[in-house]
Amino acid sequence: MGKRFSCHKISEGKAQAETIISKDRIMFYQVRPEDGMMEEKNHHLEGRIIARKILIFPGGKGSSVVQQDGLYHLDRFHNMPAALIIQDPDPVIVAGTIIMELPMVDRLPAEFYETVKDGDTVVVNADEGYVEIL
Amino acid sequence: MILNQDQQAMLDGKFGEGTAYAMKIQVGIGECFDAPRMVPIKRAHVALSNQAGDLWFAEKLLNAGAHCRVAPTVNPGFCLGHFTGQCAHPVEETDADHMRRTDAAYRGLGAVLSYNCTPYIATNVPNFGEVCAFSESSATPYVNAVWGARSNRESANSALCAAVTGCVPEYGLLLDENRKGDIVVHVEADMKSAYEYHLLGMMGGKIGEGIPVFTGLPKVITPEALRNLGAQLNTSGAYGMYHIVGFTPEAPDLETALGHKKPRYEVTITERDLKEFEETFSDKALNGKIDFAMFGCPHFTLEETMYIAKHIEGKNLAVPMYILVSSHASQMAGRMGVADVLSAAGAELIPDTCPDQPCWHYLKGKTGITESPKCAYYPRRRGINFIIRDLDTCIQAALTGEVN
Repeated sequence: MGKRFSCHKISEGKAQAETIISKDRIMFYQVRPEDGMMEEKNHHLEGRIIARKILIFPGGKGSSVVQQDGLYHLDRFHNMPAALIIQDPDPVIVAGTIIMELPMVDRLPAEFYETVKDGDTVVVNADEGYVEIL
Repeated sequence: MILNQDQQAMLDGKFGEGTAYAMKIQVGIGECFDAPRMVPIKRAHVALSNQAGDLWFAEKLLNAGAHCRVAPTVNPGFCLGHFTGQCAHPVEETDADHMRRTDAAYRGLGAVLSYNCTPYIATNVPNFGEVCAFSESSATPYVNAVWGARSNRESANSALCAAVTGCVPEYGLLLDENRKGDIVVHVEADMKSAYEYHLLGMMGGKIGEGIPVFTGLPKVITPEALRNLGAQLNTSGAYGMYHIVGFTPEAPDLETALGHKKPRYEVTITERDLKEFEETFSDKALNGKIDFAMFGCPHFTLEETMYIAKHIEGKNLAVPMYILVSSHASQMAGRMGVADVLSAAGAELIPDTCPDQPCWHYLKGKTGITESPKCAYYPRRRGINFIIRDLDTCIQAALTGEVN
């Protein structure tokens, strides 16, 4: 068994996948639907694929329509992330994930952020309120 | 989260599947932000976008039987009457069909089909302290800061859910303690027209995250200037609220605006910051030539259309000029003869339309001039270039076809 951390459910569901860690805020409008690649210039994840991964990021940005619409386009190509771990949720991204049925959690302890590395395999279980690094 | 009998009945499906779905989403948002309860609203604005995800969600609610308890005003898509039929550049039939479906979905849900992004100036104005649900970049800060109403920075979807259920989770900007400023922004620039507020709003990167308290602004600030400030604050960052000392209702003085606490930090915005932004943000015009001018992001007011008419009356524009307005402003301009003056000079007054819509397909690869950075920011992904200048320079450029 791996190391477990408690978390707070925002959008229900569970997933197991590799992590990808972003230092920058995310606007899903800027991710290419066909392959889930971050297209935003000078973004920390520019050129990397977020499709079907556990995305760990500080928060969202952009206008009041860009998150849900961006996720909708990714979903049509089955390229949404598997789950999201966010530090600073805002109403726009929260509504977007609940509507698109994409699991999202927050309030992970500082120790989680000190431990987790890009590429780790992680379980996010929003329903039971834990994240586990395998 | 504790729901009253009516709210619980909505969640349990007693008012149909669509209402239950909207309530489930709102309860989810409320639980995310530890809202203890839901509170009623009488007013909402939905940032309809006519994009695929927007239509999918509106149709999903409609097909599940949802109907708005509070009829919300809505943002523009594009004007079918203007961009089909006799239009010189009609939209593709698939795009027209998409707009027809968006119209049918929001009509079915019981929305006010206002197709205007500045409801807070004319058609949907909340009272001081009124709890409401406003989405749209320029609208949320306007109703909070200028009117002193209380709305969180709703997404287009969550505002539509609020319109369906007639209530919102109580958290964030609905509560006194979360409305106080925490960043003091000293403005040391000549704020001589509404244009400078566009530039000030684009300083989000320098201002940082929080609730800004602006000092040093003029005594008189127009609705157009305040509209621009809010729109650009949410293009360069994410702001639901701000204060202007001695001007906005919750900021009679600096101490009150800050809730009698020390600010987290202070920043100064200078004339040079604004100038630098204007220079670096603009695309380059080939030999100073422009192909068109576009105004109305957010929608221009009747006063602005009159201002343009005064400056181009009896002249011929060298390039097309598109002025995007509400249907109210359009109708009033028609009634007053302003529309005739604009049309005679070669300007098009277009209601119900947003710059970030497929109807502008024929501007791909062209370079326009506008006074709004937001007008340039989103259409860039459609391959349209923009130069940013003050309104007078833009009007002059449209008359000559050139800009320095």
